[in-house]
Amino acid sequence: MQPTHRIAKALFIGWLALAAGSFVQAADQPKAGSTADHSKFKELQQDFQSGPEVTKACLSCHTEAAKQIMHTEHWNWEYLNPKTDQKLGKIHVINNFCTSSQSNLKACASCHIGYNAMTDKGVKNDETLVDCLACHDTTGAYSKPSGLGGMVYGKDVEVGGKIIKGLNLQKMAQKVGKTSRKTCGACHFNGGGGDGVKHGDLDSSLEDPDKKLDVHMDSEGLNFTCATCHKTDGHNVPGSRYAPTAVDKEGVMIRGKEKDRNPATCQSCHGQKPHKEKNAAKLNNHTNKLACQTCHIPAFARGEIATKMYWDWSTAGKRGEDGKPLVIKNEEGHPIYMGIKGDFKYGENVKPDYVWFNGDVNYTLRDTKVDKAQQPIYINKFEGSPTDGRSRIWPVKTFRGKQPYDAEYKTLVVTHLAGADDTAFWTNLDWDKAIEAGMKEAGLPFSGKIDFIETISQWPITHMVAPKEKAVACNECHTQGGRLEGVPGVYLPGRDRITWLDNGVKLLALLTLLAVLGHGLLRIFTSKKH
Amino acid sequence: MSEKIYIFKRFERFWHWSQAGLIIFLMITGFEIHGLYSNFGFEKAVNLHTNAAWTLVGLWVFAIFWHFTTGEWKQYIPTTKNVMAMANYYLFGIFKNAPHPHRQTQLSKHNPLQRLAYLFILVIVGPLIWITGWLYLFYDQWPAWGVDKLLSLDTVALGHLIGAYMMLIFVIAHVYLTTTGATPLSHIKAMITGWEEVH
Repeated sequence: MQPTHRIAKALFIGWLALAAGSFVQAADQPKAGSTADHSKFKELQQDFQSGPEVTKACLSCHTEAAKQIMHTEHWNWEYLNPKTDQKLGKIHVINNFCTSSQSNLKACASCHIGYNAMTDKGVKNDETLVDCLACHDTTGAYSKPSGLGGMVYGKDVEVGGKIIKGLNLQKMAQKVGKTSRKTCGACHFNGGGGDGVKHGDLDSSLEDPDKKLDVHMDSEGLNFTCATCHKTDGHNVPGSRYAPTAVDKEGVMIRGKEKDRNPATCQSCHGQKPHKEKNAAKLNNHTNKLACQTCHIPAFARGEIATKMYWDWSTAGKRGEDGKPLVIKNEEGHPIYMGIKGDFKYGENVKPDYVWFNGDVNYTLRDTKVDKAQQPIYINKFEGSPTDGRSRIWPVKTFRGKQPYDAEYKTLVVTHLAGADDTAFWTNLDWDKAIEAGMKEAGLPFSGKIDFIETISQWPITHMVAPKEKAVACNECHTQGGRLEGVPGVYLPGRDRITWLDNGVKLLALLTLLAVLGHGLLRIFTSKKH
Repeated sequence: MSEKIYIFKRFERFWHWSQAGLIIFLMITGFEIHGLYSNFGFEKAVNLHTNAAWTLVGLWVFAIFWHFTTGEWKQYIPTTKNVMAMANYYLFGIFKNAPHPHRQTQLSKHNPLQRLAYLFILVIVGPLIWITGWLYLFYDQWPAWGVDKLLSLDTVALGHLIGAYMMLIFVIAHVYLTTTGATPLSHIKAMITGWEEVH
């Protein structure tokens, strides 16, 4: 054999040994995380036909899981605000997107963590109807189609003439794991009926974000999941929008202590003096007026997914020449008019609005009287003031809309939108029928007199935290006409001034200058005479 | 024939010019922070302003020490004598080549109007700027000091601004009045070399 061949052969054998070794090593490496390989469990080696069959198998080991779930807002869609005594949650509130889940549950409940468990009156507390896979699927293939009230099947089913593909429930059950940005996002990214529509700071760009989109969730960096901050115990996810923590005056959370505290605040990890580098003292003393988010989230909808900023239901109802509901799209392909929904406006990289917020949110509910002379009506007013000692200036998305209301009873109305029936607005574009059906389903009085009223909903901006280099710069607020223009109750150097004083002094300085110049000229003039 | 006397000692000259530079710099950065124009950018202006302020504080510690150990503080004791004569001189006499009513000596280097003006700066404008400046700087300590209920940031900032505005007017008049010596540059020369040409 030629020496070169021998060398080549030796190198090849060496490479083979290394490669084989690396595979053996990889196989021996313990997997991070779970101590259980669910595919080895007999209970999960079944040909599951529907979601509840999977749940039964889950509960045979995780005996308390469903009981825990049934105490959560995720399950009940109900929250009693102890401060305002308002009954909130998805089965009670009205918003200015699709207005109400009530009478639309076949569609809306595809975002309920139950299998056809949510009703207009409340949830059916049947343990097998708890949807484990909605949050614990890791395959990414799990989805809850609209129209089935949140049910899923192993075989293809037909809904309203459309075939919905069956899911490989066995594979999904065998691969369950921790929640992920994708599982939480399946619902929370799609609030308002589509990707990024509702929140502005939550959309599918956060499934795989880079550092500049979100410094914590950066998939190649810290790679936080939602639950890293929304640290969950007993299936109860903390950090609710219905009872937000506007101010956290505590330090870093210590294990074993402070069990009742919201772990999702910035302060629970960063403490009260988070700035350590340049200008640390000056920046740290901004925290008595500003929420962290105000500087650290310079804009929302930063992941190239547009968020809805405006929705006018009053123009809905037009049909195209083909008789179908009209659809008009903009250059990006977003519908700016839909016959079934009305006019839309979108925003990307939107600078938030800023309001004093103390965590109290007052809702305009189904029985709250509204006065058209007072429009726009706040659907959920963020309360707060510079003087109550518990408010901070917060960034918010202000979502404006125009929606139907009962012109005689002066209330916002539940609209029956989705469904294959004759009364659903999306089927036949008839407000009278849709609102009558919606109000009847909700058990509410309806006069039959429909008008449209301008409304505003406010959404806290708290996700999409930018890296510190991209935080809002000083001069974006410390200037006239800046981001905090019009925010009252705080003296802002660079923004606030007494105009007459400034102008008066300018004049005085000018007069002094003229006086001394005149004096000097006179001296020159008179000295020449001598 | 004019004669020369040694008026300003070495430290005094150093103090004057470094203080002059710092005050002008503080006005440039301060008025930017107030939002009157944009030059360094807000953040940089604040940092420069703060650093310059602390430098001036340091300078003042030395200046105060110097004034008391040398007894030079007595130069600022006000007098009513010749105040009217000085005013009269600036308003009329100066144009008629009348003799300067104040005879400058080492023990009395400032004329009566200067004494009053500098005293006003020392006891009114200075403390106003210092106190409000410190309160401004240590805004986050107000609750700990127990003054957060007594003060508001707008009044503190307003006091600081009014002090700065008075300083601005002073600087304009002061710079001009340096030209009213034996020759237009003799006062300035004195502040550089220490030697003043007297009438």
